[in-house]
Amino acid sequence: MRRSEAKPSRAAVEAPRLRRSEAKPSRAAVEAPRFNAFRAILAKDLRTELRTLESVPAMALFAATTFVLFRFGLDRTSLQGSLAAGVLLATVLFAAILAINRVFVAEREQGGFDAIRLAPIDGTALYAAKVCVLAIYLGALELIAVPVFAVLFLDGGSGLLPLAGVLVLANLGLATIGALVASIAVNSRARDLIGPLLLLPLLVPVMIASAEAAAPLLAAGGPSYDGFGKWIGVLALYDVVFLLVGYAVYDFLLED
Amino acid sequence: MSFRSPRILAALTVVTLTAGFALAFFVTPNDADQGFIQKIFYLHVPLAICALVGFIVAAIQAVLHLRSGNPKWDVRSYVSIHISIILGVAVLVTGAIWARASWGKWFVWEEPTLVSFLIVFLLYCTYYPLRYAIEDRERQARYASVFAITAGAFVPLNFIAVRMAESLVHPRVFATADGGLTPKMTLTFLVCLAGMALLWETLVRFELAAKSSRARLGRLRRALEGEETSMAASRIAPLPREAAGTG
Repeated sequence: MRRSEAKPSRAAVEAPRLRRSEAKPSRAAVEAPRFNAFRAILAKDLRTELRTLESVPAMALFAATTFVLFRFGLDRTSLQGSLAAGVLLATVLFAAILAINRVFVAEREQGGFDAIRLAPIDGTALYAAKVCVLAIYLGALELIAVPVFAVLFLDGGSGLLPLAGVLVLANLGLATIGALVASIAVNSRARDLIGPLLLLPLLVPVMIASAEAAAPLLAAGGPSYDGFGKWIGVLALYDVVFLLVGYAVYDFLLED
Repeated sequence: MSFRSPRILAALTVVTLTAGFALAFFVTPNDADQGFIQKIFYLHVPLAICALVGFIVAAIQAVLHLRSGNPKWDVRSYVSIHISIILGVAVLVTGAIWARASWGKWFVWEEPTLVSFLIVFLLYCTYYPLRYAIEDRERQARYASVFAITAGAFVPLNFIAVRMAESLVHPRVFATADGGLTPKMTLTFLVCLAGMALLWETLVRFELAAKSSRARLGRLRRALEGEETSMAASRIAPLPREAAGTG
């Protein structure tokens, strides 16, 4: 599941190049302009990241360093069950806060928001693109961080495949609420402070559900699926609710 | 018209709350299981219900603000959150007292309602720094409304998640297998709940009145000082003076 997440990024990066060489007006006339805008913004962000490598490597480095800190902070050389899930998910969550800040501060500093406001684009296209970008960043981060975590702390890797499903849903939750909150915070005075301050309490349910789902997968005696479906359901509900909220209110964050 | 006056509402609140507490102390029997300390239930639970409903009301007012663009709804939403946070402090304090008396600890992590209330409370506390970190008045109102809606959607989700994660230690007063509330207790509880709802409404009215008179005072002062007053901009919304002080 994680592998399939990395793929569209490359495809999306190449998409605009293809489009330019083709007959553009006819395609634009057929496709919804909102989807075009979404694709353009997504491709722009991913291309920027591929060229500058500003966010994901920093997040991965942050995650690896945090694992080392946990190793000494907890004084454990191996982790199981809820402790393992907690360490992994707390690290991902804090790394996500880094990425969320980066994506939006860069956009604002370079005048991206103003440009989008000037263009005849729906705000929801920007929101959807930012959610996708963040989810892809987090997926890429986990592609690096989870194997590192497994090598450093886990005894076996048998629970990692179902864990990927949990992480994909958790990423979506982090991305939906992150994009919404960061768009609020980025226009405030103390944006580095406001963003995490708003995010952390909002992410508590994501943390609860993903940690509860992941804990039995990382249990000492091999993975079990105790309450797995229930927590996946909670995560999915959270994702859907905040996607809808973001879709409903995002336009109001761009008006000026 | 007379009912709209905050004074009459305040008097009504005092009567209802006094009646509720009198019922709680003199009429209802002591709880068989917990004894006298269970009386805090008539204070704690209505406070919590009013605070949470206040947050939801704030979210609805924020929706109205975004739909209509009328700053009046933004101020109402702000005041609703403000009063609910004040009640929230009381909820956490009374909850801690009850927890200490029943379970011997000030805070019990196994207890889902207390934990989820704490999370909601912490989230709403960030409303002030957020609001006052945005200088532009109109944008401040819009962003605060977006926050109020997001947080309003968060309240039920958070309760679902926390409740599912924890064991059921909290006294389920309404629906325990053996008993629940006697009719007398139900009546007392409802009177207390009504009193608390009136208290919330009264505090909201007074706060709104204070805000609008402070805004009017500011306008008059500026007019006296001979400055150009842009009436539309300073009509409502929190005062710039206050904003500068808190932010």
